[in-house]
Amino acid sequence: MKDYKNFLKTIIYYMGVSLLACLYILPLLWMLSTSLKTQSDVLRLPPVLIPHSPQWSNYLTIFKRLPLGRYFLNTLIIAVSTMIGSIVSCTFVGYGFSKLRWPLRDFFFVVLLATMMIPFPTVMIPLFLTFRRLGWINTYLPLIIPTFCASPYLTFLARQFFMSVPNELIDAARVDGASELKIYSSLILPLSKPLIIVIGLFEFLYAWNDFTGPLIYLTSQEKFTLAIGLQLFSGAHMSEWHLQMAASTIVTLPIIVLFFILQRYFIEGITITGIK
Amino acid sequence: MRSKLSYKEALWGYIFASPWFLGFFAFTIYPILMGIYYSFTEYNVLNPPIWTGVTNYVEFSRDPLVKISLYNTLYYTFIGVPLWLLMGLVLALLVHKPLKGVGFYRTIFYIPNIVPFIASVMIWLWILNPMYGLANILLRTLGLTPLGWLGNEKLSKPSLIFMGFWGVGGTMLIFLAGLNDIPAQLYEAAKIDGANSFQQFRYITLPMLSPVILFNLITGIIGTSQVFASVYIMTKGGPNNSTLMYVLYLYDNAFRYFKMGYASAMGVVLFLIILLLTILLLKSSQGWVHYERL
Repeated sequence: MKDYKNFLKTIIYYMGVSLLACLYILPLLWMLSTSLKTQSDVLRLPPVLIPHSPQWSNYLTIFKRLPLGRYFLNTLIIAVSTMIGSIVSCTFVGYGFSKLRWPLRDFFFVVLLATMMIPFPTVMIPLFLTFRRLGWINTYLPLIIPTFCASPYLTFLARQFFMSVPNELIDAARVDGASELKIYSSLILPLSKPLIIVIGLFEFLYAWNDFTGPLIYLTSQEKFTLAIGLQLFSGAHMSEWHLQMAASTIVTLPIIVLFFILQRYFIEGITITGIK
Repeated sequence: MRSKLSYKEALWGYIFASPWFLGFFAFTIYPILMGIYYSFTEYNVLNPPIWTGVTNYVEFSRDPLVKISLYNTLYYTFIGVPLWLLMGLVLALLVHKPLKGVGFYRTIFYIPNIVPFIASVMIWLWILNPMYGLANILLRTLGLTPLGWLGNEKLSKPSLIFMGFWGVGGTMLIFLAGLNDIPAQLYEAAKIDGANSFQQFRYITLPMLSPVILFNLITGIIGTSQVFASVYIMTKGGPNNSTLMYVLYLYDNAFRYFKMGYASAMGVVLFLIILLLTILLLKSSQGWVHYERL
């Protein structure tokens, strides 16, 4: 009797969770399906979920209609530069905040945490005006340079990671006469592969997703990133949903692939700071 | 010897922290001070700022669009964030079970969270399209009346909140990690005492998760109250200002009307509002967050 009840419960559980899973995956299937339709099939009611003859040519059309390759390249330039900036600066500063003792360190660490709370819109206008005075508008400098100054969130991540490195290891190196710079570069960094991957991944995803930054700082189309380039297209070609969904699929696919390669790091990066 | 060593260590400490110090002054302190200064000026970018005292703040307090945008933002934040947290918790509890295949479901619930922002916005514009969108097609199939979604003044904010449910996978993962941290002995002891599954949830799971809930609530509220890009692309604040969010209005003032002084004043007020909300949440949390650990 008890077994029977448990079996029934399990069935109900699987039905419920499967229904929810269908709802969660449906938007992506709908995107994929629309991206393979002809314009007239898109506006057909009732719709077909699986197009009779998939229009793979939509994916070529979108590359002809939009300088997608250019947008990809621009986004990659920003992503790679900010990845380097963050990896270098956050591990560097994180080491200083975890393994070295200096006056007011813990006070400044609280200050660092507090700056995470400052809303970007509050500093957005003064930053824009400063970068404008420096002649940095319509360049990638406003998007790249700040990442060389250790963003609080990723520095926090680095500090938490280094806290788990045993002090004895570092003290032994010091006794051997290694300078702090040497300890950082040839002892700490080689131990930090997972940390470096998480920081790089976060920065890459940020560059891929960032909309407000490029919107404010970039003015000419050949400098645009994927996010604002696609927004421009979507605003101008409202009814061409098949092309819009093809473009959406193109920007989504690399991230999904990246997710399946680096799944562990995606999850680590999210949960590491989320708990305590 | 010892003091000399720590002097050297302190010097290195400051050297290692220096990139952050530099950024802290250049990209945080300086812009905040300049923002406060600009908020007392009239500044259209082309001409130098003119000191106008508290004029911007007086205008702010009388601006009907400020009131509308504040209302919209608070509505979106205080209804959206708790509902998304609840959904994240429900999903986490569903995929926490030690059953076959939960890993697969976990992945499905998480994936929308990593879909690039611009793609998810375009997908949802298409899904919520009143004529050919999937949402209304499903409603019609179920025999229900199709809805106006983002085009309907009364439904536009609920539609934005509805879209947010799709992206709760990240919250789910954080809750999942929190659930994994709860010691199994607690549940075993409760079972021996005869607690049913609801009581176990109410007296073990919920209190043990409360620090995670607080963390998500605070970050959720800080982030959501700054919503900008999605409404900028999807609705431009319409229809009839029903999705005009605070930061969208701030952006419009700065980059459409070139009222940098007024927009800076809005930025200063936003900072104060977020500070106040955070303090209130932390204060109230003393009543409902349990920090004792086994």
